[in-house]
Amino acid sequence: MSTAVNAKYEAEVRDPLILGKKSYHQMTEDICRPIEGKANKYWWIAFIISATTMLWGILCLAYTIGNGIGSWGLNKTVGWAWDITNFVWWIGIGHAGTLISAILLLFRQRWRMSINRSAEAMTIFAVICAGLFPVFHTGRPWLDYWMLPLPNQFGSLWVNFNSPLLWDVFAISTYFSVSLVFWYLGLIPDLATIRDRAITPTKKFIYGLLSFGWKGTARDWLRFEEVALVLAGLSTPLVLSVHTIVSFDFATSIVPGWHTTIFPPYFVAGAIFSGFAMVLTLMLVARKVLSLEEYITIQHIELMNKIIILTGSIVGVAYITEFFMAWYSGVQYEAYAFQNRAFGPYWWAYWSMMTCNVITPQLFWFKKIRRSALATFIISIFVNIGMWFERFVIIVTSIHRDYLPSSWTMYSPTFIEVGIFVGTIGLFFTCFLVFARVFPVIALAELKTIMKKTSNQYKGKGV
Amino acid sequence: MEQLISNRKYELTRNNKIIPIVMMAIGVIAVVMGFMTDKTRAWAVLLHNDFYFTAMALASAFFIAFNYAAQAGWAVGIKRIPEAITGFLKFGMVGLILIFIFGHHDLYHWTHPELYDKASPEYDRILAGKSGFLNVPFYITRLVAYAIIWIGFSMAFRKHSLLEDTDGNIVHYKKCVTLGAVFLVFFAVTSSTSAWDILMSIDSHWFSTLFGWYTFAGLFVSGMAMITMFTLYLKGRGYMDHINENHLHDVGKFMFAFSIFWTYLWFSQFMLIWYANLPEEVVYFHTRWLHYRTMWIGNFFVNFIAPFLILMTRDAKRQRIILWVGGCIIFLGHWIDVYLMVMPGTVGTEWHLGFIEFGTMIGFLGLFIWSTLNELSKAAIVPQHHPMMQESLHHHI
Repeated sequence: MSTAVNAKYEAEVRDPLILGKKSYHQMTEDICRPIEGKANKYWWIAFIISATTMLWGILCLAYTIGNGIGSWGLNKTVGWAWDITNFVWWIGIGHAGTLISAILLLFRQRWRMSINRSAEAMTIFAVICAGLFPVFHTGRPWLDYWMLPLPNQFGSLWVNFNSPLLWDVFAISTYFSVSLVFWYLGLIPDLATIRDRAITPTKKFIYGLLSFGWKGTARDWLRFEEVALVLAGLSTPLVLSVHTIVSFDFATSIVPGWHTTIFPPYFVAGAIFSGFAMVLTLMLVARKVLSLEEYITIQHIELMNKIIILTGSIVGVAYITEFFMAWYSGVQYEAYAFQNRAFGPYWWAYWSMMTCNVITPQLFWFKKIRRSALATFIISIFVNIGMWFERFVIIVTSIHRDYLPSSWTMYSPTFIEVGIFVGTIGLFFTCFLVFARVFPVIALAELKTIMKKTSNQYKGKGV
Repeated sequence: MEQLISNRKYELTRNNKIIPIVMMAIGVIAVVMGFMTDKTRAWAVLLHNDFYFTAMALASAFFIAFNYAAQAGWAVGIKRIPEAITGFLKFGMVGLILIFIFGHHDLYHWTHPELYDKASPEYDRILAGKSGFLNVPFYITRLVAYAIIWIGFSMAFRKHSLLEDTDGNIVHYKKCVTLGAVFLVFFAVTSSTSAWDILMSIDSHWFSTLFGWYTFAGLFVSGMAMITMFTLYLKGRGYMDHINENHLHDVGKFMFAFSIFWTYLWFSQFMLIWYANLPEEVVYFHTRWLHYRTMWIGNFFVNFIAPFLILMTRDAKRQRIILWVGGCIIFLGHWIDVYLMVMPGTVGTEWHLGFIEFGTMIGFLGLFIWSTLNELSKAAIVPQHHPMMQESLHHHI
């Protein structure tokens, strides 16, 4: 599955991907340590903060259910704002996981093996956070099964198959299922390792159940690799399709600023961009707290930064293309929408987006910056913020002033809406912290396969 | 394995010298016949073919650049082929500039001065609004800029690649990595703007933000088909013992994957315009639907369904004959795709697919083959001291 170039032939110009003097046993020890030991003080502090934030979000959601969508800042003109911004933002963040596990697998990038597990976990948590917004925006979440094309008791009442919103229901639920299966499949051999090392019977029993009786025989591995390749092949079009369909939500309309053909690939690039930023934010903390610096090396960070600069620049080219075409098209509504974005009442959102997404990632052209963990951490936060603003700018500035000037208005979120968003961030981090305590954050079995090829003590020696 | 790194150069055979010249002669006859029958048609055919072959040469420069930037090892063994293909860029770009200078009134509606004269009945408010971008001097400046950037970078890649052969210094590799990254930046901008300039402005009123990327997808997949076919040819002639079915599998994957990528962008552009149904946008597809229907539908099948089915399995991508078939289909398919971008805005309903069209294509193909084989005969087919050569020799998937 992974490239079988022998260590002897690997080019010297490639940096090692595993540092320190590692044996297979040492790798198991290093990666299982966070699961087998007791949680430290930092973990508990982080957990309490995130869980509290999550609880606040739950309270705000409860208030929304009790009082209806009127408790949000939406109005007749701006019927979509904070909620859909958060939805798109979270879905985008999920994309890095699938890109790393599927597309980088097809491209035979070995460095993905140190980060794919956490990135895939992040995908799943991010999609859960994203899903909450449309579910609650319907106002009557107990009727959300109406979104499925079920035969029903209301006569000929069917979902609207012409609506991209319905395509979203299908795309995201498929994406979620495939990502979950893919992630879990990779976990099986590692769960078996933990099972075999468990010292309490309960732990042995639970991990035994979770690992489906994995024995690690050649037959097990053969099937494992076949399924992984099939899932990678499935996930690749899926990861492209999800954000493509999210972009259709806007681009099929005739709203100036929404209806533009570049949206599908540009949304996908933006999603990968924001996803990698979130992977970096999380991994830079995780490698420190869990002492995994020899597995998630500066080389890994540099490579991810290169993807950030690539996707960030693609997004930048798309912004400029849209702006240029708004003028070139000669359509006055289109031109106005873009003028209004940059110089209208929401100018601050537009310029925050431009600064965070287009300008800051360009700093990664300097090798010193892209190989600095601290600088990367700061820039990754900038990108996270910038990509949130991107969605806010696209959504709110396009509809708050459309074809009918008498309906022009402004939008600002309420305390409740902000609370729900902050709550999803709490939910995301809570899930991730729990994940880091019960599952290995690095794909141990997979990483072992490249140890003798790319670790610094074996590189160039041949085995 | 070491004996595979030979310093053999390509030796032109008698046929290699004669056949391209015969092809070019056919091309000249076709062009002359074109000018005798219909001037607009002749210019349109020239633009269509010149753009198409230039785009494939540009795709080769892109291939070299991203392989350096991404530190890809497997492709080192075939890198002399895209290097040689980029040699066509100078002919292509000179051609595009000349075609514009002498044929612009027949090709580009926006070049007519009366459109910008308020007193004239032909005055066009929308085109007048675009004149800051679409005007003859600025347009020629842009074409020249593309030529300088594309040819300049290609020559720099080639220069360092050949210096590496002689002195084996790692400096050349490092320089190419930097050049590769910088070229990608320039390419990202110029691949879109050149598509707007050369193709989109033919339909002067029409616009689509995706157009640049759509053209890029077609350019890349047809360029990959060319690289694949030259690899297969050289392998058949016994120059490529260092290339095995694993390398062929990889170039096959590129053809397969980017055929799907092209379809993705084709669908995105078409579906969004069809769905919103705004007159100023939908007119583009409406014209093609009314007057070019068979070809317009065929385009989708030839460029998506055919490569998808032919190149899907692992075995197919490792078979030379199937790669030949796939490569030829993609080559012809994207020739049709560019045809559909050029003709409706130039010859309109008076379109033909006859000797003039195919003859000109054969002529350009002759020049393309002649230029590439000539370049191949100037340097060793196998890069001599590339730091990743061993990875490429031992490539196995």
